[in-house]
Amino acid sequence: MRVHEFQARQLLAEAGVPVPAGGVATTVEEAVQAAQSVFASGGAITVVKAQVHAGGRGKAGFVKVCKSVDEARTAANFMLSNRMVSLQTPPEGLEVRRLLVASGVDIAKEFYVAVLTDRSTRRNVLIASAEGGVDIEHVAATRPDAILKRPLDPVTGLHPHMARDIAFRLGFKGKTVGQAADIFLKLARTFIEKDATLAEINPLVLTPATAAHPDGQVVAIDAKFTFDDNALFRQKQVHAFFDPAEENASEIRANEFGLSYVALDGTIGCLVNGAGLAMSTMDIVKLHGGEPANFLDVGGSASEEAVTEAFRIILSDTRVKGVLVNIFGGIMQCDRIARAIIASAKAVGFQVPLVVRLEGTNVKEARTLLEAARGDIPTMQTAGDLTDAAMRIVAAVKG
Amino acid sequence: MSILIDGSTRVICQGITGSAGAFHTKGCLDYGTQMVGGVTPGKGGTKDPNGLPIFDTVHAAVKATGATATMIFVPPPFAADAILEAADAGIGIICCITEGIAVQDMVRTRSLLDDRYPHCTLVGPNCPGVITPGKRLPDGKGFTGGCKIGIMPGYIHTHRSDASTGRAVGIISRSGTLTYEAVWQTSTLGIGQSTCVGIGGDPVKGLNFIDALSMFNADQETDGVILIGEIGGQDEIDAGRWIQKHMKKPVAAFIAGRTAPKGKRMGHAGAIIGGENDTAQAKMDSLRSCGVIVAESPADLGSTMARALGMVGAAV
Repeated sequence: MRVHEFQARQLLAEAGVPVPAGGVATTVEEAVQAAQSVFASGGAITVVKAQVHAGGRGKAGFVKVCKSVDEARTAANFMLSNRMVSLQTPPEGLEVRRLLVASGVDIAKEFYVAVLTDRSTRRNVLIASAEGGVDIEHVAATRPDAILKRPLDPVTGLHPHMARDIAFRLGFKGKTVGQAADIFLKLARTFIEKDATLAEINPLVLTPATAAHPDGQVVAIDAKFTFDDNALFRQKQVHAFFDPAEENASEIRANEFGLSYVALDGTIGCLVNGAGLAMSTMDIVKLHGGEPANFLDVGGSASEEAVTEAFRIILSDTRVKGVLVNIFGGIMQCDRIARAIIASAKAVGFQVPLVVRLEGTNVKEARTLLEAARGDIPTMQTAGDLTDAAMRIVAAVKG
Repeated sequence: MSILIDGSTRVICQGITGSAGAFHTKGCLDYGTQMVGGVTPGKGGTKDPNGLPIFDTVHAAVKATGATATMIFVPPPFAADAILEAADAGIGIICCITEGIAVQDMVRTRSLLDDRYPHCTLVGPNCPGVITPGKRLPDGKGFTGGCKIGIMPGYIHTHRSDASTGRAVGIISRSGTLTYEAVWQTSTLGIGQSTCVGIGGDPVKGLNFIDALSMFNADQETDGVILIGEIGGQDEIDAGRWIQKHMKKPVAAFIAGRTAPKGKRMGHAGAIIGGENDTAQAKMDSLRSCGVIVAESPADLGSTMARALGMVGAAV
């Protein structure tokens, strides 16, 4: 599950990590008030940042450094009245509903730090780099030695000596070593306690030396957290961060029925059981010249109602020009799918071509049922194997 | 021969009174698996509908039945603890079918298994289980001598002695239904299966490709191996390198998710493309460079294996 930057900041602040003062605004007026309070407390600049679940905000003009309340007003007005389009958003962009208006921070140096689970070592690992503020994947690809990795103990987590070691190796000096190490410890603890799958601070900033802080100070400027869906049952606070407005409505509806659905941009709707087979079905559609409209795994124990709902979701996508059903019945019984197809033909109606490929548990009963219902579902074809099914649906959609 | 399990394996089910546990205990019994009991805390001393004894703890079940393997259907919040309970009771093969266990639970559990219970083999979680096919009974109504621990449809599998080519392959897969597809296609081509292992779709799990490959490499009844991977992580790439160095038998592979978009979780918790190297295409290229024959289409799992086995006459 993804959360907004301001929510990630809240978790960091609660854990004791220093973050610049700031407020969340949903209107231009609120943004102006937040900016006023930044300037009133002695800040020289304020940063207005769109809160959306997508990256590329800076380049899209949805992160603005403002030197006056008027500039903040202009920035807030622009962000709340335009959709944000970046490489990471759909082509039509995302609506911006919230802004983070934070106090600006002077920067002497930017760092990167994150905690995530490394699958190959099966350990949580802290990753840090003295080259922060930029795309970390780019640093990893071009200068792998610029990235430090420190595995956490699977049972006890990150120890202070590990955190200090990382701080020294990143080049922190004097009092900032302790500040940085403390942030690493708190980030690692938050990652584990909140069942995060990614806890990232980028950039982590060292401020310039001042009379009060001759070594500078270490502050978290931007944070990105994602969480383990499987652990939400025990993470009430994180679960409450869920923002349905940021997610695809069909994906949420599918979820409520126990279906796993991901919308894509092709024309062939796919209904499959099992995640691996569902991905493979998309692949074989593409291999034969079609474009999948979605990933949809109905799972092993979906009811007839859930499968009918799955058809409803697929057919509600106006780009869908045909539907491919591919079921290898194990736990899922093919006759249940057949009954759902027949029920959906009545409840939803198949205006577009439908190709059905069934194999496995109770396949004979299922074929008999579909054969008997053929007159009611004129757009339906049945397929012998996977290749036959893919070729039929691609031909039907093109035809 | 086979790997991990065979007709002599004695199996219990943890979570035997739940609906999935009860349904699949019956399925395993029907296949000919030696199911010897089950565990549900608080229901010890009772029997399941098949007459199997139910125990409060895995320790008690092992003591009374001599179980050597377990099949876990315990709900996700309690499943990691169920794995550790089985390990602590001395169970050697732990198949965890449960889907939806939190990643951090598995990080801790896997580490504890490695450190304190090195005798244990965990398969899964979030997997269809393991099956060593039995021979078809003369009346065609069932199987004998095999062992099915999990949720796969038993009847699609073929014992080597029932396979028209007399060959049998091992199957290792991150996906359940795609495994059935591979089994179905090989059976249709007259190729049997020695053992099929569903290693599961989670990012942190037990048995991995290399562990199973090394077992199949040593198994005399396995003529080749089908490896079914998917997007996410780099286990397939590591497996390819291992195959190049150590594998004495032909390997055919398929990687699901060539059309998957970046950053989206595709059903399985482990199936999300992160960097450049965990795309399906990168994995296919890497496996090919290591001498593995990679199927372009999931419809060619069986025929690609046949080709790798050198079965020129096969309908490929």
